[in-house]
Amino acid sequence: MSHDDHGSLKEPIGWMDKPDLVKRLFTVLYVLAGILLVAEFVLGRENAHPHPWEGMPLFYAVYGFASFWFLVLLARPMRKLLIRSEDYYEGGGRYEEDSDAE
Amino acid sequence: MLSNLPPFVVFFVGALLVAFTKGSVRKALLLAIPLIGGLNLWFGVEPGVHLQFELMGYTLTPFRADKLSLLFGYLFHLAAFLGFIYALHLGDGTPDGSVADEVGETDIVGNKSAGLQHVSAMLYAGSAIGAVFAGDLITLFIFWELLAITSAFLIWARDSDRSFATGFRYLIIHVVSGVMLLSAALMIAHSTGSIAFEHIDLESAGAGGWVLLLAFGIKAGFPLAHNWITEAYPESTPTGTVFLSAFTTKVAVYALARSFAGADVLVIVGTAMTFFPIFYAVLENDLRRVLGYSMVNQIGFMIAGIGIGTALAVNGAVAHAFADVIFKGLLFMSMGAVLTMTGRSKGTDLGGLYKTMPITATLCIFGAAAISAFPLFSGFVTKSMIMVAAIEEHHYIVWLFMLFASAGVLEHAGIKIPYFAFFAHDSGIRTKEPPKNMLIAMSIGAVLCVLIGMFPMQFYTLLPYEMDYHPYDTTHVLVQLQLLCFGAIGFVTLMRTGIYPDEKRAVHIDGEVLYRKLGPWLVRSIGGAVARVDMYVRSSVMEFVGSVLRSANRWHGSEGPLARSWPTGSMVLWVAILLAAYLVFYL
Repeated sequence: MSHDDHGSLKEPIGWMDKPDLVKRLFTVLYVLAGILLVAEFVLGRENAHPHPWEGMPLFYAVYGFASFWFLVLLARPMRKLLIRSEDYYEGGGRYEEDSDAE
Repeated sequence: MLSNLPPFVVFFVGALLVAFTKGSVRKALLLAIPLIGGLNLWFGVEPGVHLQFELMGYTLTPFRADKLSLLFGYLFHLAAFLGFIYALHLGDGTPDGSVADEVGETDIVGNKSAGLQHVSAMLYAGSAIGAVFAGDLITLFIFWELLAITSAFLIWARDSDRSFATGFRYLIIHVVSGVMLLSAALMIAHSTGSIAFEHIDLESAGAGGWVLLLAFGIKAGFPLAHNWITEAYPESTPTGTVFLSAFTTKVAVYALARSFAGADVLVIVGTAMTFFPIFYAVLENDLRRVLGYSMVNQIGFMIAGIGIGTALAVNGAVAHAFADVIFKGLLFMSMGAVLTMTGRSKGTDLGGLYKTMPITATLCIFGAAAISAFPLFSGFVTKSMIMVAAIEEHHYIVWLFMLFASAGVLEHAGIKIPYFAFFAHDSGIRTKEPPKNMLIAMSIGAVLCVLIGMFPMQFYTLLPYEMDYHPYDTTHVLVQLQLLCFGAIGFVTLMRTGIYPDEKRAVHIDGEVLYRKLGPWLVRSIGGAVARVDMYVRSSVMEFVGSVLRSANRWHGSEGPLARSWPTGSMVLWVAILLAAYLVFYL
């Protein structure tokens, strides 16, 4: 935390304000992902519960990634269909895009 | 000494004491009551029937303990203890550093309703404990209704128009569930002669069994009956929601585990519950409502486990219920802390709070890691039992759905909740950490998440059924980490490509539209149609009566020809004419 030069208000600077740090965090995530992929082949994976798909190499990694995309890609059209104004149940109606401009 | 005293009595007497005390005495009582009750239960209560009597031909069992009910008994004492630590500052005024009054809600903490909140929370916890130790359906019914009534006050305590209406809808839904429970109890008593709260075979129990399942299902948040959860949790006070999230749904999970373990229909219902809420959770703006959807999703796992019905699956379901009360409680506490200090709980309004609330943010991440089932956290050692049981029983499709739902949990509870509240874009809100008691409650929750995750075998000894399951092996840890890590990469790529949907100040239509829009519209339209027909019939009848009156008036009225009073002269004239005519004819 540091003091704002222009006033007495404390204006904290967090690590999220430092793009380099955030970038480094992503790098850590990717490296970790790489290690986990390699680990599957190094450590081997017991297929204790034989499921036709589970046995495929990297099944969980692919499934985890694909699940997020599937989830969001289905949620988007769902929003188009279901979105209403915030006061919908108090008599409001359609959602207007500019209500987010507050 | 107290071993034959039903555990709920401690809370009901406690509520009375809390009602008549103030200040530090009240605070001491709030902590002592769940502690005394919990210690008594842990050391003094053995499995067995401790209180039973006959009433009007029925055998009532207000206190029956076995491993299943004891597990939930311990859990509810723990939840009450944590909840009261978390709510201890009520009545102490606005917390230091809170900027909640900026958004117009002056008493966000609920200081004015502190007494009401404490007393109703104490009665509410006692009702939940009474329900799990009930050995018959009539006793269960009494606590079932008490759960509804006492918890409704935690919603009304927010003291807004919205919470008032929400509280009433909540109460109506739960009273309906209670009435169904009582009807089912009578139907079952009629067909079997017993009101014992035991396993019920849906195929042989007849209609009573199904009505009972639905009564439990409403409280458990079955699809289309789930909206009381997503409606009520965001509308209660910051501390009230923590209590709400702990008891009602878990009593229902307990009831389902006791009566309907192995009912195939629950596998499908549970899987549906894991699936659909995660889409709403992506879109929803109010983070406490996101947690409501997350609650439905987690209960889905439990209900699917109960439906699978093997020892491992049912153990998994109740273990997950135990873990969920703690990690979901922790998440609700962290969002409650944010609401207390900022007056806001929506993704669009929040962000950047890690700068001023770093401890809260860290504790929230512990809860997020636990619910996402990271290895070494509680969710990992509980949810996996249900998943393994599903695959062992060849429920492959169900397993795939649950795996997808697990990724969904990481998305909305693991990433979205901490990310939008504490990180994302800086909202510019500058506040402080919440009161110390809140931080202590959250810290205990976080420690428990880790302890259960690190020492699962000790935790498993509390579970009701024998099983041989070890969560930590290389494969399980590896594949779970892969799922989570690549899920997280999925999130990063979706954010970077701008495909991830923004938070919007909006609502997304869900099942509640049936009773909040469609129901009133139907009543209005049918009422309108009936009113129109009624008007038409009335006006036609009035028209007819009017015309009859008019014609009667025309002929018989004061000026009518048939009512005219004729002068004597004209009468004499007519007599003369008649006489003349007479004469003419006869002469």
